[in-house]
Amino acid sequence: MAEVELRDVTKAFGSSVAIEDLSLTVPDGAFVVLLGPTGAGKTTTLRLISGLERPDKGTISIGGRNVTSETPAQRDVAMVFQQYSLYPHMTVRENLAFPLRSPILRTPEDEIRQKVHAVAEVLRIAHKLDNKATALSGGEMQRVSIGRALVRQPSIYLMDEPLSSLDAKLRAELRVELKRIHADLGATLLYVTHDQIEAMTMATHVGVLDHGRLVQFGTPREIYERPVSLYVAGRLGLPRINLLPAGLFAGAPAGARTIGLRPEHIVQGAGKPAHVVRVEHLGDQTRLHLTLEGHDIVTLTDVHTDLEPGDTVAVEPRNPLYFDASGACIA
Amino acid sequence: MSAYSITEPSSRAKWTAGILVTLYAVITMVPLLWIVATGFKTPSDAISYPPKVFFEPTVEGYVNVFTTRTRLSPEALAALPPPANFAEEIVRQYDMVIAGPSRFGERFLNSVIIGFGSTFLSIFLGTLAAYAFSRFKIPLKDDLLFFILSTRMMPPIAVAIPIFLMYRQLGLSDTHLGMILLYTAVNISLAVWLLKGFIDEIPREYEEAALIDGYTRFQAFYKVVLPQAATGIASTAIFCLIFAWNEYAFAVLLTSGTAQTAPPFIPTIIGVGGQDWPAVAAGATLFLVPVMVFTILLRKHLLRGITFGAVRK
Repeated sequence: MAEVELRDVTKAFGSSVAIEDLSLTVPDGAFVVLLGPTGAGKTTTLRLISGLERPDKGTISIGGRNVTSETPAQRDVAMVFQQYSLYPHMTVRENLAFPLRSPILRTPEDEIRQKVHAVAEVLRIAHKLDNKATALSGGEMQRVSIGRALVRQPSIYLMDEPLSSLDAKLRAELRVELKRIHADLGATLLYVTHDQIEAMTMATHVGVLDHGRLVQFGTPREIYERPVSLYVAGRLGLPRINLLPAGLFAGAPAGARTIGLRPEHIVQGAGKPAHVVRVEHLGDQTRLHLTLEGHDIVTLTDVHTDLEPGDTVAVEPRNPLYFDASGACIA
Repeated sequence: MSAYSITEPSSRAKWTAGILVTLYAVITMVPLLWIVATGFKTPSDAISYPPKVFFEPTVEGYVNVFTTRTRLSPEALAALPPPANFAEEIVRQYDMVIAGPSRFGERFLNSVIIGFGSTFLSIFLGTLAAYAFSRFKIPLKDDLLFFILSTRMMPPIAVAIPIFLMYRQLGLSDTHLGMILLYTAVNISLAVWLLKGFIDEIPREYEEAALIDGYTRFQAFYKVVLPQAATGIASTAIFCLIFAWNEYAFAVLLTSGTAQTAPPFIPTIIGVGGQDWPAVAAGATLFLVPVMVFTILLRKHLLRGITFGAVRK
């Protein structure tokens, strides 16, 4: 396990710049989640660290060693791909053993057997070890490909949306499993996702990328509670943060253009009257769609509310976020 | 009876399709079966009219294709000891004795060496080239690929005379190496294009995973790409072999002795007093066997090729 550092890294593909002057430090033993929409440069960042891409500019170091010009094999990293990750002509056992048999590791066969079994137990695929890789379900395939990373003790585990192709139940199970593996192994992980639940539940640190730039880096709580900009604020939170003109409510600080209201920033029962447009009962939560002077607001309410469309409910902000004209957070 | 499904053909459609396929198979098989049957006929049965469908089989054609025979006078024949084996016995019926082996065996061996040699070389070079074209940034890639394909835009025999002169100059005429190089040159464009298509279908992620798993690019190529390209390699190999195996015009032109293949040799099997059709048919039948065996051995890969796209991605 080791600290991974990117310094002023730039990578362009033809005329489109994927990563621009990115500086990012993944602390030793951290579980860092990179968040951002498609095209923000998350996957490119992983590929640069793994050595599948070379940066146009800047340096990458792992454990204090400059690896910028090394091959993927020399860097000692493990990566879980979003898809296509299992060698289809091999059995599950051969897939898991493949990294251990590499010319770099050359693990003795009895040690391979033992490690493969240990990982298969953890990921609950021990009964499928002798199946062909193509004879597995999607969830099993993805567990094997995570297992292929876990059989090694690399400097860093790189994971590119490993859970995105799985169903909700399995995703929830593997979230817990990955978090447990991180705690047990003390592993360093860099994890790419656009699923904010994964980011909030697993990460020790979250980095938010926007068009190839790192706009904020901090703990999940910091990112959620003190976003530096409108963009970051919009990355986390369900329902999404409501963005309204700052003048709508009294008390906006000077220079504020936009007020950001998460559900917990909205007090119901006092303040300005809003019309209920729709009530969504999701079971564990109930969403309330409101209009206030022509502006749509989505918030949460009591699960067993008896509000109905057409009703009026008074709302008022409490400790909201304010943003200036450039989108930066103030106050 | 399974549940109703709009994608499952009705049993009547299946029967119709089955009958049509069988009919087609029978039509294509008839000439082939006729050759096999003729190989087991006597010369007079082979040319009888109306053609004989039922006849008494004999291995005379096979004996004749492998031997040369001499006619003896009745007195000389009578003086000989009784025939030592079945072949001698058949030949004696025509007042002849076996003078020695024919050249069929060595011509056949030449076909095997040249056919499989050029197939191996085409696949070896073709796979490496196809991989490079599929994965690397190559300047003028499309032009190079077009150039490779353009070698097939005229019949190869159109350049027969330059090749004949070049081969004579280079000392490649009537050599195994010369024929292997020639058939490889003709097959390589097909091999590169077919194999590039197959390798394009293999996602790069597999090699990238292998690179990260600690392997070099070449190791990733032969441990991960090659096994997955097996289907494509097998079907390309069959195409290459069939061309090299059946090629007639260049073989006639460039080979006459040491490197002559079976196709130009078989028609030269002439019996005493007219074409020995059973011997020609026997030679042709034997000639079919290697390609058939090769195809049957690779059949598993060919069938897998058809279903390859069905697996989950």
